[in-house]
Amino acid sequence: MSDFKHIIAKRKRQDFLFNIVGILCTLVGILTLGALLADLLIDGLVRINWTFLTSFPSRFAERAGILSSWVGTLLIMIVTAATAVPLGVAAGIYLEEYARRNWVTNLIEINIANLAGVPSIIYGLMALSLLVYQFRLGQSVLTGGLTLAFLILPIVIVATREALRTIPQGIREAAYALGSTKWQVVRHHLLPYSLGGTMTGIIIALSRAIGETAPLITIGALTFIAFLPPPPIKGQAPFVSFEWLTSPFSVLPIQMFNWVSRPDQDFVVNAAGAGLVLIFVTLLLNAIAIAIRYRVRKRIKW
Amino acid sequence: MSTDLSKPDSRLLPGSAATPVGSVGAATRPAKISVRHLNFYYGKSQALFDISLDIPERMVTAFIGPSGCGKSTFLRTLNRMNDIIPGTRVEGDILIDNADIYASATDVVDLRLRVGMVFQKSNPFPKSIFDNVAYGLRINRMTSSKSDLKAHVEQALKDAAIWEEVKDRLNQSALGLSGGQQQRLCIARALAIRPSVILMDEPASALDPMATAKIEELIVELKKQYTIVIVTHNMQQAARVSDITAFYWLGKLIEVNPTDKMFTNPIEKLTEDYITGRFG
Repeated sequence: MSDFKHIIAKRKRQDFLFNIVGILCTLVGILTLGALLADLLIDGLVRINWTFLTSFPSRFAERAGILSSWVGTLLIMIVTAATAVPLGVAAGIYLEEYARRNWVTNLIEINIANLAGVPSIIYGLMALSLLVYQFRLGQSVLTGGLTLAFLILPIVIVATREALRTIPQGIREAAYALGSTKWQVVRHHLLPYSLGGTMTGIIIALSRAIGETAPLITIGALTFIAFLPPPPIKGQAPFVSFEWLTSPFSVLPIQMFNWVSRPDQDFVVNAAGAGLVLIFVTLLLNAIAIAIRYRVRKRIKW
Repeated sequence: MSTDLSKPDSRLLPGSAATPVGSVGAATRPAKISVRHLNFYYGKSQALFDISLDIPERMVTAFIGPSGCGKSTFLRTLNRMNDIIPGTRVEGDILIDNADIYASATDVVDLRLRVGMVFQKSNPFPKSIFDNVAYGLRINRMTSSKSDLKAHVEQALKDAAIWEEVKDRLNQSALGLSGGQQQRLCIARALAIRPSVILMDEPASALDPMATAKIEELIVELKKQYTIVIVTHNMQQAARVSDITAFYWLGKLIEVNPTDKMFTNPIEKLTEDYITGRFG
């Protein structure tokens, strides 16, 4: 009997030990992240003000701002989302709901999984030769947006498929049994019920794209740009203009990269400021993703 | 189609040739569904073997048999629900109202409007109670106006004996209902589009005895208007609600007989063994 108690006590000690080890491991991650953020805050917070957000880059660190780069980031993200979301969601629906299971779809599936792991600079090289040289789209907002769209397409496809898979087969059967066509099943049920998962995936994908630097440098994004792309809305008919798509651009991470590579310490402070803005936007996107997921989970429980 | 209910039909069901229908309480009506030499395959493995069976209209036909015997698979061939499973194949004929439902001219949507289905696990859409019942009516444009739609939904909910419980919360989510209520909502949803046949795949297997009793009462009530085919694991349930019982074993139809005959004096030894609980 006492033997038995001894064994139980030993197992409880093991449990306790693992608890401690687990807490320590978690702390390493959290503390590192905290330290990074704190460092960035200490360095960069002094530069965060209205002029910093509304000034073009300059030779003088204290006059330099991030206007052209955050506008560039915004426009690139619009192009990326506008192309990657419909393409990725449609491809995900096709693969999950329409495609027959055979070796072709299996091959496509394996390739999509692999694409998600391809280094981003490879996408940059592909975009350079295909979009810039072949299609002559130039080193433009359009090229940049499409490049990042290619980059996140696999993530969007996988997220869409995962979200569709969480919908019980019984829901599809119920809809078919009431005389739905396949498209009605997709349109009335699968799309709305998977929206939470899909949206979360899309936002996570966009928050990855927003920090990408390498592929955009590869296609020739500018590091110093002192003008804004032409506005999308005009005074006279047809009131909408897509000229901005052909404009050269810079983005926040490239602006940071440019500033940290300068010898002047003041520019490093600017880089930290731009980094803070970038992190803030990324965290904001992630917060939106979590909020959506939470709301949908509250509404739909299978 | 009108049938004189007072006269016993002299037609016999396959497998019941030795049984005079006169010994059964309920008369057998004309066949709504006729199945001839049906084989069914999941990929290379055959799940149903040469099944021939008549299902009479406006009666309850129960399918019994051990798990994996093919009774659910067979049920799902009747509204071509197996079409959505990749790699399945059907041989033989299934006639509903004398039309081959697997003919290339058959429109599956039209078939499923005539042959409704209730599933084992209640599967309401994560929408409001009203929208669940209205869904089939809406997508098939079956109602002329909003008030017409409302009337149809109300009638379906009444037919499914759930109206009193939900009439004050039609706009609330169907997922907030209890298991038994959800299943009756699914029955209402199936009834709303006025099919002539209702397939039920173990509709009460996940429910408590009270909810089960309600579903069974409902089935007996519904057979006045609908041809009902029910798969059940529960032999008491088959005995209580059905007029005809068919026993399946390893993908084969072993015996089909009027229910009281089946449970008192089955022809096949296998049926008797199963019913008396010696296996399965």
